[in-house]
Order: sequence, then C-alpha cells, then structure tokens
Amino acid sequence: MLHFTDILPSIPFILAGVGVTLKFTILSLLCGLPLGIGLALCKISHFLILKKIADAYTSIFRGTPLLVQLSLIFFATPQLIGYPISAFEAGVIAFSLNSAAYSSEIIRAGIGAIDKGQWDAAKVLGIPYKVTLWKIILPQALRNILPALVNEMVNLLKESALVSIIGETDLLRRAQVVASEKFLYFEPLLIAALLYFLMVMIISFFAKKLEKKLNHA
Amino acid sequence: MLNVNNLTKKAGNGEILKNLSFIAKRSEITAVIGPSGSGKTTLLRCLAQLTPISSGNVQFSGQDLKELSHGEIGLVFQNFHLFPHLTILENLILAPTSHGIQKEIAVQKAHQVLKQFSLGGKEKRFPSEISGGQKQRVAIARALMLDPPLILFDEPTSALDPEMVKEVGEIISSLQDSKRVIILVTHEVRLAQRIASRVLFLDHGILLDNVESAEFFSTDSTKLSKRAQRFLSNLS
Repeated sequence: MLHFTDILPSIPFILAGVGVTLKFTILSLLCGLPLGIGLALCKISHFLILKKIADAYTSIFRGTPLLVQLSLIFFATPQLIGYPISAFEAGVIAFSLNSAAYSSEIIRAGIGAIDKGQWDAAKVLGIPYKVTLWKIILPQALRNILPALVNEMVNLLKESALVSIIGETDLLRRAQVVASEKFLYFEPLLIAALLYFLMVMIISFFAKKLEKKLNHA
Repeated sequence: MLNVNNLTKKAGNGEILKNLSFIAKRSEITAVIGPSGSGKTTLLRCLAQLTPISSGNVQFSGQDLKELSHGEIGLVFQNFHLFPHLTILENLILAPTSHGIQKEIAVQKAHQVLKQFSLGGKEKRFPSEISGGQKQRVAIARALMLDPPLILFDEPTSALDPEMVKEVGEIISSLQDSKRVIILVTHEVRLAQRIASRVLFLDHGILLDNVESAEFFSTDSTKLSKRAQRFLSNLS
C-alpha cells in the first residue's frame, strides 16, 4: 500500500526544499521585523498622520488574504512597472510586508505594557527620547514579546508554503513535483509535513531556551 | 531657593492643587506631609515637569523652572523605577553618557557615588538581584549622577521594610548641602520629624500649614490647622 522505498531516491530533492523554505522565512523576518518596529513607533508617535498611516497599513495587510497579496505582487508588478519579478523576490516582499503588519501590533502592545514609570524615570534624568526608546523601552518590550514574535516566525515559516503556488521550488513544491513524477501523493507530502513540523519544533525549542536565559537576567 | 507662586493644577473639572505658594531653601529638607489624595505626588510631578501646571509659576534661583533642563531636577520615586534590564552601573551612567559625558568619567563618578552609599561591589548586579533598600539607594545614586541642584523624593520609604526606612532617611539627610534644595514627600511622619527642617501640610490640594519642623511636631501644636492636628493625633 505504502511505497516509501519508491521515493527514497527523491528524498534529497525534497530535503533541499528545507533550505529554500528557511531562506524565505529568515529573509522575510529580517526585513519584516525592522519594518514592524518602525510601524510600531509610528503607532505610538504623537504625529497623528504617522499613526493613521501605520494603522491603515496594518488594517490592509491583516484584512486581506496573504495569498492575494502574494499574487498581486507577483503578477501585477510586471504589468505595472515592467519589472519581471521572480517568485523568490515576490515571496520575500509579500511575507515581509505582511509579517510587519502583524509584528507591529505585537511590538506596539509590548511597548504599551512597559511600566509608565520607566518613561518618567528617563524623562526626569533628561535622557533623550531616542535613547529612552532604544536603550530602555525596546529592550524590555522585546524581551516580553519574544514568545509572540517566535509565534509570528512559526506562522511565517508555515505560510511560506504559499510560494509553491507561484512556482518557487520550496519544500511543498518539491514534494508535489515528486508526487506527480511517481504518481504517489501520500508519501512525499507526508515527508514534507514532517519536515515542516520538525522545523517548527526546533525553532520553539531554541526560543524556549532563549526565553529562559533572558528571564534569568 | 525654590519659589512656588500660586501653583494650580487642574484635572478634568477639579483642582488637584489650589493656589500653592511656598519657598524651599537650600541646605534644608522641606517635607510635604498630608493624607492620601492630598496632592503630594502631583505637586512633585509638577515640580519635576512630568506634568504641566495649569497656572502660577515656579522659580528656581530666580530662573523659571521651565528653563531648567530635565537633568537638573532629580526625582526619586516610591517604586524606584530602576531600569531592570541594565546593571546597577549601567543604570547610573546611562543619563550622563546620553548627555555627552565621557563614559570613563561617568563610570568613575558612579563608582564614587556607589561607594558613598555602601554599594561598592554591586556594579555588575541587576536590580532584581538586590534588596529593596539597596534599590532605593541605587535610585538615589542615579539621581545624583548629574548633580541636580533640586532633588525631589516621592515617598522614598513607603515601599521599604521598616528597618530600611532609617537607612534611607540617613542618606537623604546626608545630602543636605548649601547647593541643594531637597523636597521630601512622605507619609512617614517620623521620618519627616527626624530629618526635615520645614513641614508643609497639604490636604485636598490646599496648603494648610507651612511651619518649622519643630513647631509642627511640638506637643502643643495649637497653631496648626485643625486638619493637621487631627492628622497627627490619628497617627499617635
């Protein structure tokens, strides 16, 4: 019934997808997190315009399906500006923009949860706003929201499977390729699922360790 | 000296502080006493410019308080508000270094102040690793790093164990100096009796008494307002 031996030669091909998936996740995180911090700072800013823009951004990216955002970026970019965008570029841009919207809400909440006394103490000491933000508020906020940010990273990793739809050969796509070559669906897809699960477990494991270390300090 | 003229603070429809006027001299400790909700902390927050005053003015050595930069006013909080993710040393040097003072000079000064407060050797500890009394001493040390000529204490002992109150009181007392104006908000009446030179009694935002400490705590305090008399008799 099950033919795992038949797909054995294709396993290295599927495994290579892990690297592609991780590349998407990490790049999108690296671009999305700074953008998320920037958006969060706009949301707590006293400039109403910045606040409105950041709020509108968040509503749009959280209020539309990621698959629609990805498709728009991939298929509409060549039409609009004539640039032949690759599936990889479109994926990283879509995931970065999308995860920035989610992480900005997490970061904003994290900043809001910091005791007001910290702001007061910095103010009386005459510490400039920028220093207060980067050296006092954000380090504490990031520590508190680390579990939520890891959750966001896990979401990103799982959602990266969407790039298989626009033709990027990530983990899922490779499993599908093997499936159609061998006319076996269950085995390669099960392996793909298992690999996603393993990656998520590994991230969670290290996040827990990091969290413990931070709580100790 | 600190000169407060007709300071009024409004919030919503009410007035938290009503037309306060008083003078606090250098080399003296001026205690502000009063029941909960009397406006003591709001007064300090106004003086520290954490909240704007609604009318009136405050002058320090003939200069409007608003012209003083934030680092020139030290405020020590009831709950310390140390930066929990920074070591004791980092807590102390963050403000001076952000004002452009060289790190080496700030560190040297920090060591000196910590030694003065018997906190030598605690530089690398985090606030969570030291006792409440030590935290408050660190907070005072942090406020002193910029040598502010005006130091405000907001109930500095109410989060401490009784045995720590005396210790922190002694430190505050040791800060009396011809260059400094010290204002101590407290409901630890004995602490005020021990270290303050003047007492301001505040109730419902009104300054009812402004007398020498000895007079405030004398057994025959008939000169005091009824409110202050009742406040004191409730304590004994």
